[in-house]
Amino acid sequence: MQFGIFSVSDVTTDPTNDTTPTEHERIKSLVTIAKKAEEVGLDVFALGEHHNEPFVSSSPTTTLGYIAAQTSTLLLSTATTLITTNDPVKIAEDFAMLQHLSDGRVDLMMGRGNTGPVYPWFGKDIRDGIPLAIENYALLHKLWREHTVDWQGKYRTPLQGFTSTPRPLDDVPPFVWHGSIRSPEIAEQAAYYGDGFFANNIFWPKEHYMKLIGYYRQRFEHYGHGSADQAIVGLGGQAFMRARSQDAVGEFSPYFDNAPVYGHGPSLEDFTEQTPLTVGSPQQVIDRYASMREYFGDYQRQLFLMDHAGLPLKTVLEQLDILGEEVVPVLRKEFAVNRPAHIPDGPTHASQVTARNAADAVEGTDLKEIKPEMASEGSENV
Amino acid sequence: MFETTDKSLRSVVVVSAGLGQPSSTRLLADRLTAATVDRLREQHVDVEVTVIELRDLAHDITNNLLTGFASPKLQDALDALADADGLIAVTPIFTTSYSGLFKSFVDVIDTSSLTDLPVLIAATGGTERHSLALEYAIRPLFSYLHAVVVPTAVYAASSDWGSDAGLPDRIGRAAGELAALVRDSDRSTRVRDPFELPAGFSPF
Repeated sequence: MQFGIFSVSDVTTDPTNDTTPTEHERIKSLVTIAKKAEEVGLDVFALGEHHNEPFVSSSPTTTLGYIAAQTSTLLLSTATTLITTNDPVKIAEDFAMLQHLSDGRVDLMMGRGNTGPVYPWFGKDIRDGIPLAIENYALLHKLWREHTVDWQGKYRTPLQGFTSTPRPLDDVPPFVWHGSIRSPEIAEQAAYYGDGFFANNIFWPKEHYMKLIGYYRQRFEHYGHGSADQAIVGLGGQAFMRARSQDAVGEFSPYFDNAPVYGHGPSLEDFTEQTPLTVGSPQQVIDRYASMREYFGDYQRQLFLMDHAGLPLKTVLEQLDILGEEVVPVLRKEFAVNRPAHIPDGPTHASQVTARNAADAVEGTDLKEIKPEMASEGSENV
Repeated sequence: MFETTDKSLRSVVVVSAGLGQPSSTRLLADRLTAATVDRLREQHVDVEVTVIELRDLAHDITNNLLTGFASPKLQDALDALADADGLIAVTPIFTTSYSGLFKSFVDVIDTSSLTDLPVLIAATGGTERHSLALEYAIRPLFSYLHAVVVPTAVYAASSDWGSDAGLPDRIGRAAGELAALVRDSDRSTRVRDPFELPAGFSPF
């Protein structure tokens, strides 16, 4: 089981003192936060990709490369990489390069992007969102697995005799998650490839995601990648903690009330009841998240959104201290209890290499697709 | 009236957007409901009626607009609509059209969940001069959502409550039209697949 954080890189005014970080300050704070994540013992740092204000993360591989150079164990990921508006050729190259530089500490999460005006800035149309995600990923998948590619599709120029460089580290592509909040098409796509499925469930009630994840698990089994409970599932989370529950509520309330996504809407009480947001003592957060697998099954990755809504860097770092030192160690133990042996751990480069070698041994071929459900050995993130 | 031996249960949902307490909108909704239930019972069709008072859901509706998801209470209402055999929708006319609360509620309904739904539309207002709002605003709204709106829409102005100039007749006619469609509806027994993939979809 992997624990980590993800950032959407929003530049938001702190509602308690009306100050707004500069883009430079926010970008530097992302690096500080990522390094802190490793320092407090978290496994994953995932960064969003946006091309519109108030977000600063337009070039995630640049930022992640910079972070990779200053960390040694942290797994670097995205939340999400736009599979619709990016050229899959460039994604293949950028992330293979990052994979080499970070010695395999990279995976990525595909997302479509839900902001209509962004698409035409990259020559695309949001109405083609799903077909773009399907076609572009099919090409990316091929580029990482076949040396010389001839390809023709609907949304980009054909390729003839193209080789994406560098080739993936150890000839094992970075693990891919597909992120979606509601589209069964994307759950189906993740299941078809035997890839991971990440449900960013932080803004909606769990009932919706229990159905969506259940669907992905069922289809994962249908496509022959393993049993439904071996499908690779990631979930979002959101927490604000202080030693005393009422202090957490008091301090977080102004940020909640003015947050870009849910501010000026439901009460904090209703929202924490209806979504995974938990505001209170570390023990309350432990209890809430330890119960997640009762609803979603044993899963592989839990990411928390911690730096958003104008929270000052100092506060975010304090939150990471609490998360890494008080909450996650207990959650690791809780999640290990009665976890069946056949449930895979969170995917790493080492586990992917092991899986590839095992598959090669069975099939006696180099072209066998990697099967993540066999990827339980070799993981160091337990 | 047609005779039918089908005694299976039908579900009728009533949406009332009245704000007052008591409300003339709810009063009209109740009379339309009673008339519809009577017509169905005459045809030996049992009816289960669910009344949704939008006033009680006003905060939930606004929150849904802001967050994109329904509270459990609002979700119950939306589920009832999706599985209904008939809808009686009644709104006050504010400033030439349906009330903002009524429209906000319609705005959080999934655009496919009213398909084929028989609907009786009705409205209340202070003056008779707003009666055509039913035809130029509310009927197109439900037509857009692929609901089946019965020909007779019922408008009740303040003056209608104090006279016998046709309101009861219109209620009876509209109820008869709705009952005929509700009787033949199988919406409440349909099985819905929330993960139905679009025809021809391929994951690769």
